[in-house]
Amino acid sequence: MSVVDRPDSVVGSPTRRTLLRGVGGAGLTVAAGGLLAACGDSEPESGKSSGPVAGSTVTFGSNYSDPATRTAFAALTDSAAGATKTKIKINTVDHNSFQQNITSYLQGTPDDLFTWFAGYRMQYFAAQGLAEPIDDVWEKIGGNFNDVAKKLSTGLDGRKYLVPLYNYPWVVFYSRSLFKKNGYTVPTTWDAYMALCKKMKSDGLIPIAFGDKDGWPALGTFDILNMRLNGYDYHVKLLKHEVPWTDQGVYSVFQHWAEMMPYVQSGANGRVWQDAAKALESRKAGMMFQGTNQVAAQFVSDKADLDDLDFFPFPAINPKWGQDFMDAPTDGFMLSKKAKNSSGAKAVLEYIGTGEAEAEYLKTDQWDVGLAQGVNVPTYNAIQKKSAAEIGKCKAVAQFMDRDADPAMATAMISVIQKFIDDPATSGIAALQKSAENQARAIYT
Amino acid sequence: MSPLTRTRRVAPPAGDPAGAGRRRRRIRHMTTVDRVVVAVLLGIPLLLSLAFIWIPALTTVLLSFTRWNGVGGLHAKACDPALPSILNNGCVNGVQNYHQAATNYPQFWPAVQHNFIWLGVFVAIATPLGMLFAVLLDRNIRGSRMYQSALFLPVMLSLALIGIIWEFVYSQDYGLINTVIGRDGGSDAIDWLGDPDLNLWAVLLEATWRQAGYVMILYLAGLKAVDPTLREAALIDGANGRQTFWRVIFPVMRPINIVIMVITVIESLRAFDLVYITNKGINGLELLSVLVTSNIVGETQRVGFGSALGVVLLLISLVPISVFLHQTFRREEKQ
Repeated sequence: MSVVDRPDSVVGSPTRRTLLRGVGGAGLTVAAGGLLAACGDSEPESGKSSGPVAGSTVTFGSNYSDPATRTAFAALTDSAAGATKTKIKINTVDHNSFQQNITSYLQGTPDDLFTWFAGYRMQYFAAQGLAEPIDDVWEKIGGNFNDVAKKLSTGLDGRKYLVPLYNYPWVVFYSRSLFKKNGYTVPTTWDAYMALCKKMKSDGLIPIAFGDKDGWPALGTFDILNMRLNGYDYHVKLLKHEVPWTDQGVYSVFQHWAEMMPYVQSGANGRVWQDAAKALESRKAGMMFQGTNQVAAQFVSDKADLDDLDFFPFPAINPKWGQDFMDAPTDGFMLSKKAKNSSGAKAVLEYIGTGEAEAEYLKTDQWDVGLAQGVNVPTYNAIQKKSAAEIGKCKAVAQFMDRDADPAMATAMISVIQKFIDDPATSGIAALQKSAENQARAIYT
Repeated sequence: MSPLTRTRRVAPPAGDPAGAGRRRRRIRHMTTVDRVVVAVLLGIPLLLSLAFIWIPALTTVLLSFTRWNGVGGLHAKACDPALPSILNNGCVNGVQNYHQAATNYPQFWPAVQHNFIWLGVFVAIATPLGMLFAVLLDRNIRGSRMYQSALFLPVMLSLALIGIIWEFVYSQDYGLINTVIGRDGGSDAIDWLGDPDLNLWAVLLEATWRQAGYVMILYLAGLKAVDPTLREAALIDGANGRQTFWRVIFPVMRPINIVIMVITVIESLRAFDLVYITNKGINGLELLSVLVTSNIVGETQRVGFGSALGVVLLLISLVPISVFLHQTFRREEKQ
């Protein structure tokens, strides 16, 4: 068997050879990909169909595997099926497995539509030719979204590939009652933030609750410090490796982080963020920087006092940028290149890209916010209302490091940042930057 | 009586043409059905081992010389460092993957080191501990069945579950150890699983907790099978307990010792579950198996790079395997 194949072989037509290649590639991974690929029943013929939409079946690969999101997703697809008169068949896969197997899933026999994320992560899969452009859908739903959402749905080739559903901001959470009791005020500048941290520490509190055992939560802190110090454009360029990691801008990110570290909950590398959130719930910790999708969701599942939870956007550092940017990861839906019923799938996407559909989804979801303009969701709680307002104020929103960068680079940064957390001395920063740059060169070229 | 047995009984003298004739006849006695049966019985395992072991292993070696993200095909062109990675997909990368792993992949050398530490702890601590348990239990002390079950219990749990159980012992905020020593929650709490100087040893303790029970049960089975007359003979010859064990019992159990040695090596090289459950094998818990997985399984796969790491793991595993095979075959030749 030959592994070396002619470059002209196409992804769209799985032959015996591509199958064998799959086996080869999976050699050490025990064919993990087969898990998802096996869900389909037959080979797609041309990937395009123009049959009648009404009465046809649209299959939907979903990673909304948690009970709450699963219920919300079922409500969304039910109303989509009603509006488009199609039958929607959902194929739910545990979200970790879904993400790990996405490459083989999309090359095998994928569902017509699949849940995915905005940003470079979407652009990467679109550029591989695994997703179908949906410009015709956007001609109809374009008016429902602002420019930020449009940009998030656009691939590297300028075509649209995603219909967004919701996003959620990364902000500093605090307990309203604790701030009131101790007379703290919400800081809007770095100096005020550091002063507040100092005050909290002297009051016997943990100023900033932090758990980074899973590695990814700390990436959010890097993102926000970089956007506050160097701006959004620099941040995006850095994550696409158009700016080297040895740049002075990255140094100043770590320098500010080092200044913050004495106030951060110690032992973060051995604590999951859920336990950090518990320190905030029990008012042992004063603040916590993370996404509403995590912190507010944790308060909901712990049945903690959600009314006492409030947040503010991360304080400004560089007056040039103020509080103009934040991480607000967006989730949405894409059309597979090999979709069997693409006209039916596009009809479903058109429906999902409306405020009405988002409101239907957000009835059961208490921590995310819809993206459609003027979406009217009567069920929003205080956190959701404020989330929508704060995201609306931003000039641009980033998607989180593992969605804005090549995920292999995000993985490399997880270990670089954990090393920094273990030893946040400014003398070690240059070596960490050099390690990041060396790995970026290997990953991006 | 079949011609087969007859041949064996009446051994033909050397150079006897009749002997050769008989042998030919023996082959002729294999009917078509026999041949089909032999072909099927040999062919199926051969095909299975080719399809599931040799071809994937060889493909992994070939893939380790390429760059490939799992999408589309491979081609014979060399990679062009001037192009962005997405256009360089599927190209031949030479030994670049190995070079990168050894020079600028910070997790690589710690992972190799941790694999060896893991092996060392299993050989030097877990196995002797298991043997000690077995020898003590074999003396039929009071309640030995209870001890036996208690020590064997961890072996029946999956490693993933063991990782979760020990989480409750090690957690810095609500864990057993920190609570007992009064350091929970505060900034003086010991970060057992997060501190890269501590966590490998903490996880090795979990692994030993299970492995010792595993070795114990195998060893106990071996001890029970030892002919009691050997002990009696040693006793009559005036050997004390220690002498009886090291000079008589231990040598008799050679087959069990070899099995235990092989299991120890295999278990330490395939270590994965515990560190993956603990923190996905990052920050002080790197192992080669985890690095292979994190590069090959995932959204953006670095299949070539991950394969190169897999080949390194394969080479490391080949050392004990070839030593074992060499020893076994040499012994057989002697006999």
